[in-house]
Amino acid sequence: MAIIDIKNITKVYNSDQIPVHALNGIDLQIEAGEFTAIVGPSGSGKTTLLNILGGLDDPTSGNININGVDLFSLNQKQLTEYRLHHIGFVFQSYNLIPVLTARENIEFILQIQGKDAKHFRQRSLELLEAVGLVDKADKMPSELSGGQQQRVAVARALASNPDFVLADEPTANLDSASTSNLLDIMATMNSELGITFIFSTHDQRVVERATRIVTLVDGKIFSDENR
Amino acid sequence: MLLLKLAWRNIWRNKRRTFITTSSIVMAVLLSIVMGSMQTGQYDQMIQNSAGSFVGHMQIQHELYIDEPTLDHSFEIEPMVLSDLSKFDGVNAVIPRIDAFALAAGDHRSKATMVIGIEADAEKNLSAPNEKIILGEYFLPNDTNSVLVTAGLADFLNVTVGDSLILLGQGFRGVSANGIFPIKGIVKFGIPALNNGIVYLPLKTAQEFSGAYSRFTSVAILIDRPSKSEEFENEIEKDLEPGLVVHRWQTLLPEIIQAIEVDYGSSIVMLSVLYMVVGFGILGTVLMMTAERKYELGVMIAIGTSRLKMSSIIVMEMLFISVLGVICGMLLSLPIVIWFHLNPVYFSGDAAATILEFGMEPFIQFSTDPSIFLLHAIIVLIMALIISIYPVWHIHRLQPVKAMRR
Repeated sequence: MAIIDIKNITKVYNSDQIPVHALNGIDLQIEAGEFTAIVGPSGSGKTTLLNILGGLDDPTSGNININGVDLFSLNQKQLTEYRLHHIGFVFQSYNLIPVLTARENIEFILQIQGKDAKHFRQRSLELLEAVGLVDKADKMPSELSGGQQQRVAVARALASNPDFVLADEPTANLDSASTSNLLDIMATMNSELGITFIFSTHDQRVVERATRIVTLVDGKIFSDENR
Repeated sequence: MLLLKLAWRNIWRNKRRTFITTSSIVMAVLLSIVMGSMQTGQYDQMIQNSAGSFVGHMQIQHELYIDEPTLDHSFEIEPMVLSDLSKFDGVNAVIPRIDAFALAAGDHRSKATMVIGIEADAEKNLSAPNEKIILGEYFLPNDTNSVLVTAGLADFLNVTVGDSLILLGQGFRGVSANGIFPIKGIVKFGIPALNNGIVYLPLKTAQEFSGAYSRFTSVAILIDRPSKSEEFENEIEKDLEPGLVVHRWQTLLPEIIQAIEVDYGSSIVMLSVLYMVVGFGILGTVLMMTAERKYELGVMIAIGTSRLKMSSIIVMEMLFISVLGVICGMLLSLPIVIWFHLNPVYFSGDAAATILEFGMEPFIQFSTDPSIFLLHAIIVLIMALIISIYPVWHIHRLQPVKAMRR
């Protein structure tokens, strides 16, 4: 069953002047437990699609239904709340909160969700264990390598038990070993815990591990391949 | 708790910025507290010089005396009432007086003077002539037929202790008031207006001199908390006979209130300028901080932090910086204020003469009233909260996608 149902999404920038069609009628369904890579050349609309999918940007037309919720019927406050509870984000440049330790970065999400302190301490350690960084729990992001920071970011994305995780070029700033390590972790979470991952990527190593590859060209789906 | 920790650590991310902002708050708090303390000290002194050491914090008078201060508007009061008054909680002293005007004459010169009939012991609490005796002696409780003369007047009349002073005037209901009294002591006041024209008589002698037997023109009352004089006024007035009223020092000395108001007005302008400079300094820091953290704020909203929580983090950061600045400013100002409280600044020469002409003693003693510290702390905190409106507004308008664009 599709947890995400994208219908005829378009996104036009500078619609008043020279319009740029970033997305041009995207229809896509994503099933629970998929490990989907969205690929395509620069400017093909990957990041725009992910932003719209994450409720960070509005489409010009079309709609997205996630688990029966029409994403764009929600107001800003409801969208923020929705992201907090249902969507995990992993960014290209990790974007951990620099003044919080690895553990606190994960706990931050749990705290703003309103979970009690006892619960979030245990959960954060479990997640750090899952990404192999329990020994770095009290390190500041500046004391971690890029790969370690990105693993903490994955743990943070999973903190709220989201319906799916959106990862925008998660390996772009990582070396081969870190990339491989991160992909192993995400693949394990996908296969063992059934977590749905949606990546935008240029990285062939990520593409090789994906179970579904959606290729965008000029804002349209060029191919949609299941493995 | 984590939000608090986040806010606290955020302010130390850019130590230099925090230091600059905190320093400007410290300077503002320090200057305003020192200024406020000096000013309040001056006002206290003005009030003390006039009310606390001559007029009293309150006076019982005949209802017409304030507009027409003559012996005809003197009054009688039961000794029991005076005794009950002195037992009032918060009343420090009850000082009955009879005031009259007379021509004082020595051998060759004369001068219009104020004749004040005093109870020797009670008056020690108010104008304290006993502490200002420079020659001779103060009255004993049962003294009659002797006078104390202020130094300026004694010089003018060329009289001294042991000489006789002639007083000529008009007493109660137009009777002739005259007498010749030996001078028992010379009293020196710092304030020229007082020093040049006062003659003290024992109360009974003054009543006899004026033909106003058992009568008073005022009963001055000193209380321990002058700011609560209004409550006392109502409390005391309800036990008085009809025709008698209680006036607070604010009514008795309207010129003091006016002088304080005028001075306070000009200081408000100065303080406003100071706070405006500091306010713009803080605003500049906040603008910089908001712009620098645009990306980070975008990320936090993207991962689901509500704008309300984001705003509360920023407000907490502003409050931390402000509280830090306020505490440091208060701590730095404390020794300065205490030093000048214990070691008042004395003026000499022309400056002293000018201050004396205004009826004040020529020194400034800083006030240590805690409300001064509190007032300026609150002003700075309110200012910081007002300035926080900008980042809060910025956060509420922030589009995460735009904010995260490098």
